[in-house]
Amino acid sequence: MHLLTGKTKIDFLGKRNIALGFSVVLLLISIASIYTRGLNLGIDFTGGYLIEVGYTHSVELEPVRKALVKSKYSDALIQHFGTSKDVLVRIAPREGVNSASISDEVVHILKSTSTDTVEMRRIEFVGPQVGEELREQGGLAMLIALFGIMIYVGFRFQMKSAFGAILALVHDVIITIGVFSIVQMPFDLSVLAAILAVIGYSLNDTVVVLDRIRETFRAQRKGTAIEILNMSINGTLSRTLMTSLTTLLVLGALFALGGEVIHGFAFALIVGVFIGTYSSIYVASSSLVLMRVEKHDFLEHVKENEEIDDMP
Amino acid sequence: MINQYPLWKYLLLVVVLIVGGIYSMPNLYGEDPSVLVSLRNKQIDETTQQKIDELLKQASVQFKSSELTNNKLLVRFNSVETQLIASSTIKSFDFIKRNSDYTVALNLAPATPAWLQSFNALPMFLGLDLRGGVHFLLEVDMETVVDNMESDLVSEMRSHLRENKVRYRGIKRAEGGINIQFRDASGLEQGEPKLRSQFRDLEYSTDEDNLMVFARITEKTLRQERKSAIQQNVTTLRNRVNELGVAEPVIQQQGENRIVVQLPGVQDTARAKDILGATATLEFRLTEGTRADWASAANGGTIPLNAKLYRERNGDPVLLKRRVIVTGDQINSASSTIDTQSGTPAVSVRLDSKGAKKMGKTTQENIKKPMAVVFIENKVVTKMVDGKKVKTRTRKEEVINIATIQGQFSKQFQITGLESFEARDLALLLRAGALKAPVEIVEERTVGPSLGKDNIEQGFNSVMIGFCLVLVFMVIYYRAFGLMANVALTANLVLITAILSLMQATLTLPGIAGIVLTVGMAVDANVLIFERIREELRLGNSPQASIHAGYEKAFSTIADANVTTFIAAIVLFSLGTGPVKGFAITLSIGILTSMFTAIMGTRAMVNLFYGGRNLKKLSI
Repeated sequence: MHLLTGKTKIDFLGKRNIALGFSVVLLLISIASIYTRGLNLGIDFTGGYLIEVGYTHSVELEPVRKALVKSKYSDALIQHFGTSKDVLVRIAPREGVNSASISDEVVHILKSTSTDTVEMRRIEFVGPQVGEELREQGGLAMLIALFGIMIYVGFRFQMKSAFGAILALVHDVIITIGVFSIVQMPFDLSVLAAILAVIGYSLNDTVVVLDRIRETFRAQRKGTAIEILNMSINGTLSRTLMTSLTTLLVLGALFALGGEVIHGFAFALIVGVFIGTYSSIYVASSSLVLMRVEKHDFLEHVKENEEIDDMP
Repeated sequence: MINQYPLWKYLLLVVVLIVGGIYSMPNLYGEDPSVLVSLRNKQIDETTQQKIDELLKQASVQFKSSELTNNKLLVRFNSVETQLIASSTIKSFDFIKRNSDYTVALNLAPATPAWLQSFNALPMFLGLDLRGGVHFLLEVDMETVVDNMESDLVSEMRSHLRENKVRYRGIKRAEGGINIQFRDASGLEQGEPKLRSQFRDLEYSTDEDNLMVFARITEKTLRQERKSAIQQNVTTLRNRVNELGVAEPVIQQQGENRIVVQLPGVQDTARAKDILGATATLEFRLTEGTRADWASAANGGTIPLNAKLYRERNGDPVLLKRRVIVTGDQINSASSTIDTQSGTPAVSVRLDSKGAKKMGKTTQENIKKPMAVVFIENKVVTKMVDGKKVKTRTRKEEVINIATIQGQFSKQFQITGLESFEARDLALLLRAGALKAPVEIVEERTVGPSLGKDNIEQGFNSVMIGFCLVLVFMVIYYRAFGLMANVALTANLVLITAILSLMQATLTLPGIAGIVLTVGMAVDANVLIFERIREELRLGNSPQASIHAGYEKAFSTIADANVTTFIAAIVLFSLGTGPVKGFAITLSIGILTSMFTAIMGTRAMVNLFYGGRNLKKLSI
């Protein structure tokens, strides 16, 4: 079976201004949303308490809320989690109370105010100092990953490609985070891990295209840069779509069947795969055009490449 | 001849697959819910085993098997329900109830058959999010360590100068060190060298005009003290966790001042928190003065220099001598009992030889005088005040008991004046040893057993379904080559499992997500190769040449793509904590194994089926 005949000759870069406009709009919306609405940061980063309890029957949220408000937890956020039998309670960190005992107290209140059997499913408590550290570490991880990748790509290709690849990555990361800000899904440690995986994935895609661009530049004697870029994107198009499809298949399974806890993680990756696929086609190559890439840009590392090609 | 592998490559693949198969197999057998019975410092013998087996049968609790391993008794059950019933049944047996040296712990024992165990093959270790349990991150309050050191030094300096008959005005703690104030120049002249020679690891500076010596603990000593404090805390926590009866706990230092404690299967988190964080200890002191003196001291009267005002539980004032007879760390063993005379809860205490000697001497010299037992508890809580972290330390000191010394104390004696649960916990804490510095829980993640079960099921299902979808898709799209990619993908899954089991890595839910993602991305290598082969065919090359060129050309692309993902995975691993780490581990293992199976594995199959044959068409 073939999705594409392999003879596609789509003029991707002819429409690069439309793509540029599209990307800029997406980026602006994302940044505006991150700036104004912010992220719905999970307790991993803010510190606080998260308590999940399971009832044997469906439960209304109102009595639960009342019970907690009555016992000095008026700031508690209460919602169903997955099913109407599961209730998730979030409480901000508070001052001056023996912190670790609060979660036990909340479970106790919920148990004593319900005629139903209430079962503790999950308790998470992150102290304010840990939350702060995790936030710093998370940002640091993202920057180091981007930097490490830029060095590798710069070394394996050249600086113009490395710059294009990083541009694509930053583009993907900002838009994925932007989507989280727009839909206000909780942003926790697992979502951060997913975003770092998106960096890996999107780069994987971009590198495949860059690799082909380099190869085509070396093989073709004639043709403008834009023609060669188009040829390379068309050449890798069927692979790009195939891999995105298989990855989306498993991510779909994870999203649908992996349970509530993994939802954010799977969602971030799904968004990231879509954006990453788009950016590997458009963003990296368009930026190469903008940087006026030429044939001689790709002739420097010929020797080193041959060594590696002989390996399989 | 192109497209033929030397024999050794086929052999290598076969060997790797067989080894991978063996080490991943234990995971198919899963784990049995079980109960672990152990006896402190002793081994459980066969008679005890028979006794427990017999009693379980009498209570009609069905068990799968019971075996003696590592001096402990392991009883396996068919279901978690029976396991829970059995655990409480065993705890209720008379001979176990009466002996506090027995611990009964819930456990998951690998159900790996003996022949696999002989290869040292064991299933992956399931993370707390999959099996249920508690994860704590404790922060050790290092300032208390310095505080205690300096206070100890102050009292040691006082007695040292007194013993050497050097007159001084006062010794007290000051900002960053200790201030020693002398009365006159001769005192300074005599005292300073005495201090220097006795307390060598301090830095001194002398202010002759003001007759003052300032001593400071050196940075090196402080560093050592901090290190030993955290190590002692780890040891104490380990003892306490063992007392709680938790199977396979994890207690590890993290960073400079934190300790991770993971307790699989623990449900009663409130008690676990109390026990872990508790700094309760005891001190024995003689009283000072009469009851009338105590009352007047509490009402603003004078307190003698060598005494300090305490309160009893009911709020009554007591004056106690500053000098401590024996402290909690000189207690060797402790158990909770019932006092035979009064019928109230009591803690029976046995002192170590140094403590016993001191106690014996003091009690002998002070017969008919009252002695007090002080119960001490330290707590640290971090608050946010105006966006800044502020630590508050509270120290609770309570006199739980004042009794008249009737005769010389021996090594062993009883303390009363406690509630029954206090007696039980205090005995446990005294047995396990005191924390050198108070700890605070800064992170907790608890997963209930039902959620753990759900997580395993959902994780497993999503891996299987995602995997099957990819398999079907690959066969439809690449036909014979797709089939070979599928074999490679299956082998990849087997290898990932085998490596995780061999490393005894902990499988967590994010780890499963990493495997799922790897499955999706592992076919990428094959997609790249197969698309290349199709391209070569389209260019009119022969099938054999196309296969060769396809693998050849795709390789550097695959390598580049995977190295970059690998960089991201390594960054994740080195900077991430808990959940992020689990994901990074499986992702990076997946990348490595997929390079092996997707390139070498499929190539071997392709070579085996197509290599050296005269082909007209490829099923791709």
